[in-house]
Amino acid sequence: MEGELAHIGAGLAAIGSGAAAIGVGNVAGNYLAGALRNPSAAASQTATLFIGIAFAEALGIFAFLVALLLMFAV
Amino acid sequence: MATETNSAEAASAPGMPQLDFSTWGNQIFWLVIALIAIYFVLSRMALPRIAAILAERQGTITSDLAAAEDLKVKAQEAEAAYDKALVDARAEAHRIVGEAKAEIQSDLDAAIAKADAEIAAKAAESEKAIAEIRAGALDAVKEVAADTAKEIVSAMGGKADAKAISSAVGARLKG
Amino acid sequence: MATEAKGEEAGLVFHPMDQFIIKPLFGDGAITWYTPTNAALWMGFAVIAVIVLMLLGSSKRSIIPSRSQSVAELAYGFIYKMVEDICGKEGVKYFPYIMTLFMFIVCANFLGLIPTAFTPTSHFAVTVVLAMAVFLTVTILGFVKNGAGFLSLFWVSSAPLALRPILAIIELISYFVRPVSHSIRLAGNVMAGHAVIKVFAGFAVITLVSPVSVVAITAMYGLEVLVSFIQAYVFTILTCVYLKDALHPHH
Repeated sequence: MEGELAHIGAGLAAIGSGAAAIGVGNVAGNYLAGALRNPSAAASQTATLFIGIAFAEALGIFAFLVALLLMFAV
Repeated sequence: MATETNSAEAASAPGMPQLDFSTWGNQIFWLVIALIAIYFVLSRMALPRIAAILAERQGTITSDLAAAEDLKVKAQEAEAAYDKALVDARAEAHRIVGEAKAEIQSDLDAAIAKADAEIAAKAAESEKAIAEIRAGALDAVKEVAADTAKEIVSAMGGKADAKAISSAVGARLKG
Repeated sequence: MATEAKGEEAGLVFHPMDQFIIKPLFGDGAITWYTPTNAALWMGFAVIAVIVLMLLGSSKRSIIPSRSQSVAELAYGFIYKMVEDICGKEGVKYFPYIMTLFMFIVCANFLGLIPTAFTPTSHFAVTVVLAMAVFLTVTILGFVKNGAGFLSLFWVSSAPLALRPILAIIELISYFVRPVSHSIRLAGNVMAGHAVIKVFAGFAVITLVSPVSVVAITAMYGLEVLVSFIQAYVFTILTCVYLKDALHPHH
């Protein structure tokens, strides 16, 4: 019973990965919009883009980690 | 279901091998060795060498660019010299052509003048000849006319006075 | 690795995590701190890859680079420019350290993509050490360079005075979460990719689904190649950003 609840929890935690996907898409989309408005400034901001993507994705990875912990470690 | 089979197969490891803390010491030990090895290889050998290569290439490129600049200047100078030589040569050619033309013209003029003179002389000569011939012809006509007139006069029965006849013929011819 | 599903169509058996099990290379004994394991083997391969790429690749010192030499120069220029852009001139001193991190992570990630390979960077033990090394270096360096002035990193002088204590607490928390997210991001991404590939491989048991499964594995593999590089890049660039905070703590 407890294990099954853990599995349900893991599935719920996996939703977080989808949320992170939205976040990453937001970052990349806004970057693209900005880059199209001002293409000359785009190249200098790719590092910032990747940092932003990394931060947004980190939280999704946390959710994934929680799911894994619930699946395998509980 | 995965948990059961997992724990059955690998009893020593929990579901996530990452959380098996008994292997952490081992991994950290080997990781530190690997990092130290990479650090020494990079900082002592690879990075200075690559930096030297890049600096050397930069130097080569800079000196090559300078040499290219020099060569370009030289090429421009050579081009200017060539252009100048070309202009000079053209002027010289013009001059030579002009001289030749003038010479030819003067020769031509002289030849024409000579030819004209010759032609004039020849024309005068022939005119003289023509005049002589004409004078000759006139005399002959006079003689023939006088003879003819004498014959006619004698045939008509008159006694012809040679002097009167020739003067009459001469008067007629003139008229 | 005993990850292949058992073959009965009735019971799909996934062992996505079995590929991360650490085993001794020789024999079957317990793992002590010096036992040569598969993790040690693949870290060794990563070291060899770095040596081959950076040392042997540049050994000819040619002005017109060969293929391997231009890859080495590309990696050098890439990281050097990153360090210089983000940390400024003072950061160039720490360039070999950052280069070490980048080369190790990128080589380990790419070698881990070889089928049946082991990926050291998928283990928290490895990434936590890497991230803690960065965290401790940056913190100690910050205090050594700036003394107590390093604490101004948490005191946001541009905010209204009333907000500053609250912001200071938030900044402090975010500062201490850095090594956590720094390490988990790398290990999590690599582990997630490998585990997902294994899960798709598990579906290949069903005859009807197997073509889809093969296509999905191929697609995931392509994504993983991308992720391998991007995570190494992100790890390195975040190291640079943290280092910049230590060198210039004022916002």
